[in-house]
Amino acid sequence: MALKLNLHTQPDVPLEADCISPDKMQSLSKHEIEQLIIFHGNRQVPLKDFFECSGEFDGEINIDGDLSRIKHIGAAMSFGKITISGSVGIHTGAAMTGGEIIVEGDASDWLGPEMYGGKITVKGNAGHMVGSGYRGSTIGMQGGEIIVHGNVKNETGHVMRRGLIVVGGNSGDFTGVNMVAGTIIVLGEMGIRTGAGMKRGSIVCQTKSELLPTFTHSCDYQPLFLQHYFKYLKSIGLAINDSLFNGSFERWCGDSVELNRGEILLYAGK
Amino acid sequence: MSAAMRIVNGKVYDPANNIDGEIKDICIKDGKIVDSVDDDAIVINAQGMVIMPGGVDIHCHIAGPKVNAARKLQPEDHRHDVHPGTPFTRSGTGGTVPSTFATGYRYATLGYTTAMEAAVTPIGARHTLEEFHDTPVIDKGFYVLLGENIFLQNLLREKRMEEFDQAVAWWVNATKAYTVKLVNPGGDEPWKGKKNSNVSDIDEKTDEGLSPREIIEAFIVSVNKQGFPHPPHIHCNNLGHSGNYKTTLETMKTAGDMRAHIAHIQFHSYGGELGKNPVSKAAEIVEYVDNHPNITCDVGQVMFGKSTIMTADAPLAYVLKGHTKGKWVNADTECESGCGIVPFQYQEHVYMHTLQWAIGLEIFLLSKDPWRVILSTDHPNGGSFMNYPKLIKLLMDKSFRHEEMKRVNQKALANCSLRDLEREFTLNEIAIITRAGPARALGLSNKGHLGNGADADITIYDEMEDKEMMFNAPRYVIKSGHAIIDNHEFKTDFIGKLLHISPEYDKKIEEVVQPFFESYYSIEFSNYAVDDSYLHDHEIIQTGNAKA
Ligand SMILES: [Zn+2]
Repeated sequence: MALKLNLHTQPDVPLEADCISPDKMQSLSKHEIEQLIIFHGNRQVPLKDFFECSGEFDGEINIDGDLSRIKHIGAAMSFGKITISGSVGIHTGAAMTGGEIIVEGDASDWLGPEMYGGKITVKGNAGHMVGSGYRGSTIGMQGGEIIVHGNVKNETGHVMRRGLIVVGGNSGDFTGVNMVAGTIIVLGEMGIRTGAGMKRGSIVCQTKSELLPTFTHSCDYQPLFLQHYFKYLKSIGLAINDSLFNGSFERWCGDSVELNRGEILLYAGK
Repeated sequence: MSAAMRIVNGKVYDPANNIDGEIKDICIKDGKIVDSVDDDAIVINAQGMVIMPGGVDIHCHIAGPKVNAARKLQPEDHRHDVHPGTPFTRSGTGGTVPSTFATGYRYATLGYTTAMEAAVTPIGARHTLEEFHDTPVIDKGFYVLLGENIFLQNLLREKRMEEFDQAVAWWVNATKAYTVKLVNPGGDEPWKGKKNSNVSDIDEKTDEGLSPREIIEAFIVSVNKQGFPHPPHIHCNNLGHSGNYKTTLETMKTAGDMRAHIAHIQFHSYGGELGKNPVSKAAEIVEYVDNHPNITCDVGQVMFGKSTIMTADAPLAYVLKGHTKGKWVNADTECESGCGIVPFQYQEHVYMHTLQWAIGLEIFLLSKDPWRVILSTDHPNGGSFMNYPKLIKLLMDKSFRHEEMKRVNQKALANCSLRDLEREFTLNEIAIITRAGPARALGLSNKGHLGNGADADITIYDEMEDKEMMFNAPRYVIKSGHAIIDNHEFKTDFIGKLLHISPEYDKKIEEVVQPFFESYYSIEFSNYAVDDSYLHDHEIIQTGNAKA
């Protein structure tokens, strides 16, 4: 049976709860878990002031309630699984190295920033800075997967270096800004300035998009490797149009203000 | 007032008073070291411990606008190095450029009690003094950048030397500085606007019709004549360029037999051809320094890992930014200086970085007079001051040094003599290069020693085989008689004082400076000079021409 946490009181100001992580909760008794410290504004309070605990940790933590004001859930986790039945606040899965986080509702900004490994799935929408680097960092996400079934806002995959980000809906502006490497797939539409400052890496989009003048069209082709991605995405429940499998893509190279080794692949139709 | 104290049973290293590891009582009263104290004084038993004067850092970058710009540039450097508060001390952030409070506390945790900020533009003096006020424990001062000052260069070109002396003294007073700093003299000005150019030879005339040598000579003559406690602090031309050792030698020769301090001399000891990989010229540089007692220098050791290049040498920062291809800061400071900041990483496998590391060690190990070859990493340029304990271990422990040498670029090692150097520093020599030497070079007669009347700035280390561990964690740190660190823990906070000089000058010089100000500066002349309200606790160190 999994460990269950239920938010019984909505906090007045956001809570910082990086103790909600398999790494920090394994081998603790129920009582010890209730006493774990969280930050309510600038005050330290025990977890039990806001959460009701039940069950026992067996590698999985299930959290109920509207967690949109709870920050840092699963930060730096390395194994196990966290499922969140509603929405979740900022910095979820920050710098995680392994394990899995599933969010049934929406995720706020800074989902999986600077993550090294593991997987985050969001069934709803996510905010700005998905899988990005924190301000000042030259390297963001370094591995793992972030799958968002809905829409995301700006700067998705900012300075990412490895790993996969998939957006089932639309992405905002600056998708893959300054990315160093890695893959971003957007099944809906992208905003403006996609891939600005990208060095390497791939940004794939199912719809046409207006690109920066520092990107040049090199060819139209049918990238074989994409079929593997699409097959995988279909298997995890994303709506992939069959025409994508055999469709051809425009390949745009850029950003020429940087190394010019990145690519943006836009679906060109049959 | 601090309590009277008697430290007993410790091994005392006080090279200025020729005490080399003697077991001896040290008595403290009213913040000073005294011959004896009453029997009711607090007793610290230093059995099995080593007692040294508090460390003195002669060259570091810890406060002011450029340091703050480097903090703002690198939030990622701080996030991973939080400096927690204690019941007595405040919190902060670390990294290569710690916050003000963390800077003071971290110096204290190494046993350092005095540090000199090595480059402040006159217009940045006020900001620097405000940051100093928030830099706890240590006493501190700064060197004011005057070498690229357009007004002073104008006086020089017109050979108005009497007014030049007066203006230098006025500027030092107006900023509350400790001495004059020259950075790449003659080089920043052409780079800043006219041609994106630099000077490459000490005798090359700039468009202003002055050569670096003329600027250097003028300042050395003026400062020595006025009897500043510390001579001009000189960052020579051509820093980091292959073949620059000739410039360094010429700079030292320009001083003749007058006092001069060469900053981070390691960065200025390279042979080879410009544009190609350098080779070591440490031996040539050390030989000159050894034979000329008027010269002092600090090494500017490079330590592998993260650093932050932070310099008034803007063209240099531009070159380095070309290597890192990352973020950087470039600033033009009115008529006074340039500035560049580049986050940097020294890597063992890189030829240049290994050679720099090796040349620094060579300079230490070859020097015959440790009093004038002072320990520094040019914090944070060659690495953080937090590397000092490791650097001390490299100097004291040759087997550790040889182990480290296995991990570095071997081609670079082949181009220097480090492999052949077997010398190991003694504790007495470490006390010289980190305490007694810098205090003497700075003319701080109350620092760097434990004689009667000295400031009670004292560090007590557990004597340990591993010197890095030993110097990383003093058991007691006493500042002005207050036990700041007691049994490894902060037990009180302390602000520390400003050290500055106040050379005499003729008030009439203000009438000469003012019109220039009104034509070229962004601020009013009357708002420029830092008034006394910016001095918290301070001490004026006597200059040769000051009235007693
Ligand atoms: Zn420096």
